[in-house]
Amino acid sequence: MTTQIVGILFDGLAFGMLLFVLSVGLSVTLGLMNFINLAHGSFAMIGGYVTLTLMREGGWPFLATLPAAFVITALISVAFERTLFRRLYRSTALNQVLLTIGLVFVSAAIAAYFYGTVQQPIQVPDYLRGSHEIAGVSFATYRLFLLVVALFLVALLIGGLEYTRFGARIRAAVDDQRMARGLGIDVDSVFAVTFALGSGLAGLGGALAIEIVGLDPSFGFHYLVFMLIVVAVGGLGSVGGSFAAAALLGIFDVAGKYYVPALGSFLIYIVLIVLLFVRPRGLFGKR
Amino acid sequence: MNAPMLQTRGLDKRFGSLIVAQSIEIDLPQGARHALIGPNGAGKTTLINLMTGRLRPDAGQIRLGGENISALAPEARVKRGLVRTFQINTLFPHLTALEAVTLAVCERRGQAGRWWRKLSDHKDAIDEAHEILTSLQLAADCLRPTHALAYGQQRLLEIALALATRPKVLLLDEPAAGVPQGESAELFTAIANLPKDMAVLFIEHDMNLVFRFATRIIVLVAGAVLTEGTPDEIAADPRVREVYLGSAHHG
Amino acid sequence: MPAIRTTPADTAPGPQAFLAAQTRWRLVEILFWLALLSPFFLLPTYLTLASQIAITALFALSVDLILGYAGIITLGHALFFGIGAYTAGLVAKWGWGEAISGLVLAALAAGFVGYVTGFIITRVHHLALIMITLGLGLVAVEAANSASWLTGGADGLQGVRMWKLLGTFEFDLWGYSAYGYSLGALFVFFLISRRIVHSPFGLSLRGIRENLDRMPAIGAPSRARLHKIYVISAAMAGVAGALLAQTTETVSLETLGFQRSADVVIMLILGGTGRLYGGIVGAIIFMIARDQLADMNPQYWYFWIGLLLVAVVLFLSNGILGGLDRLLPRRRGDA
Ligand SMILES: Nc1ncnc2c1ncn2[C@@H]1O[C@H](COP(=O)(O)OP(=O)(O)OP(=O)(O)O)[C@@H](O)[C@H]1O
Ligand SMILES: [Mg+2]
Repeated sequence: MTTQIVGILFDGLAFGMLLFVLSVGLSVTLGLMNFINLAHGSFAMIGGYVTLTLMREGGWPFLATLPAAFVITALISVAFERTLFRRLYRSTALNQVLLTIGLVFVSAAIAAYFYGTVQQPIQVPDYLRGSHEIAGVSFATYRLFLLVVALFLVALLIGGLEYTRFGARIRAAVDDQRMARGLGIDVDSVFAVTFALGSGLAGLGGALAIEIVGLDPSFGFHYLVFMLIVVAVGGLGSVGGSFAAAALLGIFDVAGKYYVPALGSFLIYIVLIVLLFVRPRGLFGKR
Repeated sequence: MNAPMLQTRGLDKRFGSLIVAQSIEIDLPQGARHALIGPNGAGKTTLINLMTGRLRPDAGQIRLGGENISALAPEARVKRGLVRTFQINTLFPHLTALEAVTLAVCERRGQAGRWWRKLSDHKDAIDEAHEILTSLQLAADCLRPTHALAYGQQRLLEIALALATRPKVLLLDEPAAGVPQGESAELFTAIANLPKDMAVLFIEHDMNLVFRFATRIIVLVAGAVLTEGTPDEIAADPRVREVYLGSAHHG
Repeated sequence: MPAIRTTPADTAPGPQAFLAAQTRWRLVEILFWLALLSPFFLLPTYLTLASQIAITALFALSVDLILGYAGIITLGHALFFGIGAYTAGLVAKWGWGEAISGLVLAALAAGFVGYVTGFIITRVHHLALIMITLGLGLVAVEAANSASWLTGGADGLQGVRMWKLLGTFEFDLWGYSAYGYSLGALFVFFLISRRIVHSPFGLSLRGIRENLDRMPAIGAPSRARLHKIYVISAAMAGVAGALLAQTTETVSLETLGFQRSADVVIMLILGGTGRLYGGIVGAIIFMIARDQLADMNPQYWYFWIGLLLVAVVLFLSNGILGGLDRLLPRRRGDA
């Protein structure tokens, strides 16, 4: 009984960490520019396909593809940010939604054209497969790996935001953009860099996700819903909030599917709606 | 003098550590033409926001005609006659001036929720709106969309929208802000000619206008009322000269 | 913005005439509706498609009322379409095959759910609003899927049998009755919508869309107004769903799906928001294009749709009708 609960908690937490990596960039960019980027999930999908391609065609080892997934996704995203997204920062929420949904459609079609619509599996290296048994509970190695990566990223992000000059600029810009501009911070370029980093993280998340949830052209939309939930619950622009929200969502989702499979995702959506109603700024949102 | 139309009692408000209102007590009698002055950032706009319910005070009371309205929503306060204009134009860019004012008139008459009759069948409302626009010299351009109006006309439309609600108390937040000097006196003449029983409080930085049109002046500094008095008293008050006139850009 | 003044002030219409002119029927409008009758004579083989278009147009019209006129962004309006469809379908399946009363019941059911969810919708903005509309739609799909004893689940609702329309017209295979019925319903609800947008209530919705901040300062209870139009729109979407259920005699989960919610917004954007005809024109173009390109892999269909969305946002922000407006000599009045 307890081993079962521990197992579910562990799986849920691992899934939550995956969601965190996927979503944290969206949270920060939304907090910075209030720009509703529904294409964030598509950036994650790009990262997934980068890893897939490099492993299949290039014969790269899995771990080596991860930084590549990060960098390539970041570069692609910044190209979009500079050419398309930035025109809409002052536009209506509707226009932002439409443009980025358009990009979701286009990217899904392109992915389908090159890779087909079926799920694409990858072979993770042997040392990430199997599981470790601790005190009678078995912990899947890959999920342990996910957990370690996510915790490392959290430390890096929070540390970077708190203790670097660039982090201070981001915080200032999230807090009060006008004031930040007044202090001589170049908010536009802060945003461009943050956007690239955030999308890169999504790309990394996409790469990490293949082993857990698979990869197909609908990834960009399917996981977008999860990402939006994390952001909406965690509060815009909050790394800690995203972390907590992602962990909760992951555990909730896994436990829900295990104990009440008939309800499907029903419960999550209901909780989301009630939560947003009571706290439109998110559970952990300050503003 | 009559019992005050609008009263505030012990209004407090802070944004984080910044105190923007500190036990503010203001009485506005019927027919008042009071000016609210104070340096930039003194909390004048914030005070109007508190009175009209746009902001919630941390403590204190607002009374309209003796009734405590502190718990009422902003639109309910308007319905009872407490109306304001905005320092920065807050208009309906793609509505014509006529439509905007007609909308406000319909709201006051409780007809703006009707969906089964055409707007053009509400002839009295349209006529009333047109009269208000005429009285503010906006009639000639009232069929143009708001965004196409000259800036000065938009300032007048701010007032027209407020008048359409038939206020008992009118709070004007820098009605002449951004209007060229020559025109602003004209605008204040229009304000001076408002119905005699309406209580008016206006914020204005131009001391000439303040001394010409206000019967009493309230001086707000750093969220607190420094002093209040007739123009002569204020002009003679050394503290006012020091904290306000001495440092004011218009002084 | 082009200069809008075309008439000097002294020859301008009076205020009464100006507002009255906005509600007058124009010749193009009358021609447009007459043209919608032409499939009966010219394209009898396409009547089934025409009926689906009329239904979708009604759905788009319902979305225009909240999105175009009141500024409520929704990515989950299929919720009401689906509720209407299932209500009408179930009523007919349980033995009451009368069509018009089915529509009324569907409108009531969808309107009721609109009333309840409206308490949430009218209190949130921006991302939270989009999330909640999206979430409500997803909840509905999940709910309908798990309640398969009622809805038939993924297999769809079977066994819907309609009686003769008005006791006279059989729902025939060719779709004569179906198109006549759907078009009639579209026209009736168009008239209602037209009246709404030209009423004081409609003006107050435009006020909310133009500047939500100002509304309380003129004494307007914005939230109640939004709630009201949301219920009306939900009921209309329910009628559209009911029409689909009745004319096709089946209901699938897809009536509730995100795809339908997204498609309808796309049609509306394509045609142009806040002008009543935008949704109808958008629905016609979208549905005909999809029918003509039916052989295309759906993935590629959405590739073009995606590109189109990007293009419309960047270059044609008022949709096709907005673009036409700019090309053609300007009519006065339409704001
Ligand atoms: N919503 C808010 N959150 C935080 N601070 C605010 C907010 N609104 C106003 N302030 C601050 O409160 C102080 C008072 O602002 P307010 O607008 O009331 O001043 P004011 O007297 O109207 O000045 P001005 O003459 O420039 O219009 C200012 O320092 C302003 O920056
Ligand atoms: Mg001010």
